[in-house]
Amino acid sequence: MPMYSKKVMEHFTHPRNMGKPKEYDAVGKVGNPVCGDVMYIYIKVKENRIVDIGFETMGCAAAIATSSMVTELAKGKTLEEAMKITRDDVAESLEGLPPIKMHCSNLAADGLRAAIMNYKKKREKEQDKTT
Amino acid sequence: MRVYLDNGATTKTDPRVVQEMMPYFTEMYGNTASLHSFGQEAKEAVEKARGFIASFINAQPDEIVFTSGGTESDNIAIQGVARALSTKGKHIITSKIEHPAVLEVCKHLEKEGYEVTYLNVDKHGLVNLEQLEKSIRKDTILVSIMFANNEIGTIQPIKDIGEICRKHGVYFHTDAVQALGKVPVDVKEMKIDLLSGSAHKIHGPKGVGLLYVRKGVKLAPIILGGGHEQGLRSGTTNTPGIVGFAKALELSKEPNNMLELRDRIINELLKIPETILNGHPTQRLPNNVNVCFKYIEGEAILLHLDQAGIAVSTGSACSSLKLQPSHVLTAIGLPPEIAHGSIRITLSKFTTEQEVDYFINNIKRIVHNLRELSPFWKNR
Ligand SMILES: Cc1ncc(COP(=O)(O)O)c(C=O)c1O
Repeated sequence: MPMYSKKVMEHFTHPRNMGKPKEYDAVGKVGNPVCGDVMYIYIKVKENRIVDIGFETMGCAAAIATSSMVTELAKGKTLEEAMKITRDDVAESLEGLPPIKMHCSNLAADGLRAAIMNYKKKREKEQDKTT
Repeated sequence: MRVYLDNGATTKTDPRVVQEMMPYFTEMYGNTASLHSFGQEAKEAVEKARGFIASFINAQPDEIVFTSGGTESDNIAIQGVARALSTKGKHIITSKIEHPAVLEVCKHLEKEGYEVTYLNVDKHGLVNLEQLEKSIRKDTILVSIMFANNEIGTIQPIKDIGEICRKHGVYFHTDAVQALGKVPVDVKEMKIDLLSGSAHKIHGPKGVGLLYVRKGVKLAPIILGGGHEQGLRSGTTNTPGIVGFAKALELSKEPNNMLELRDRIINELLKIPETILNGHPTQRLPNNVNVCFKYIEGEAILLHLDQAGIAVSTGSACSSLKLQPSHVLTAIGLPPEIAHGSIRITLSKFTTEQEVDYFINNIKRIVHNLRELSPFWKNR
């Protein structure tokens, strides 16, 4: 069993922005149930800014803590700023992750990026329709 | 409140066991191989313990070899038979759900040219006796099947296995580390040739084990040195440990309510929706509960329980260094996404009703909260 930092345990026991928001514009789904970690990151966007964010995660303490942390890092950011959040940023903000968890459980940044991409695709389609 | 429900990993040493051991650290500390009175009083204590332990499993005193634990006993038995009988044959039969102390030895022997058959188990974790008998060949030298499984608690039909092996003239070794002191063990009636046991699983000290070797069974020693324990396990005798082991076995006969508490936990956990009991419904260790909660992950459950002061274990991949779900849960046919949500609860004679209630209340809360967070729970 890996040893977790205090910050990981704090986010694991008290996750921020937990659950699916009442209203959201896009969702990013990453992970694989066979590996044990799956994350859904939901975003609500207003004037190019993430105004609300939430997550649903099945997984270990690292998976839950990284999901929680990425929502905290992304909230209030513009889409461009949020796109720049990396796995390493998430791990660093959590005061590090056990090496074995860096690969499989640190998917939250990917989930956020997937949500933003899905949002942009959706917007493009909507614009195609209106023009 | 701190509640220890991981007695399959190790147990609290019974204070009465510690008390029994104490004089052999500070007063009767002689080497059992020494001829002076210091040595002889230690030897006397060891032989008394040996006699008691032998009769506990219906063996003769000179059929008991003391070791440093279950792992060493398994190694001496399997490697010992393999080396002693290599001219007769190089085929070994075991099961897919053995402890690593057996599996890794078998894998190692495979690299040296031995052939190993790993028997499948059914969904309850039982080996198939017909399949076992069909697997025995002319060159089979050993069958090693565990008495009771450490993860799911399933107890094998040991007597039937013993009879099959005896009929075909093949040695039968059983890893009884989890069974000894919890369920009746009779090496004669069960036709066991070699049996591994360990003290720390039954409120004895860590670092002491035994290997029963039926008279006439050929073993080549793998630990060489001063020739202790009939040459099978050289090394200065662990007098306090052995004395403690005997005391622990003696105390294991005291009445306890593990079975009742185990069934209470099983009944309560199965009230939680989408929960699976792993292992055999009745043929299982009196102290073992193993369940899978679907849609959530075991390490997260374990750590939340730990926050509440409760210790359990999990077969989830996320808690293993290999990042693979437990080989036992895989062998009983659980898909990885379900095996991830496994929790093992193992009781002891010290477990109380209040502790069980505290655990049940907490696990219900934790499973509910983690499922609220899981993307699969609401969309199932
Ligand atoms: C079934 C089984 N075999 C062997 C062992 C190893 O025993 P020990 O810890 O005494 O080496 C254990 C305990 O971990 C076990 O549960």
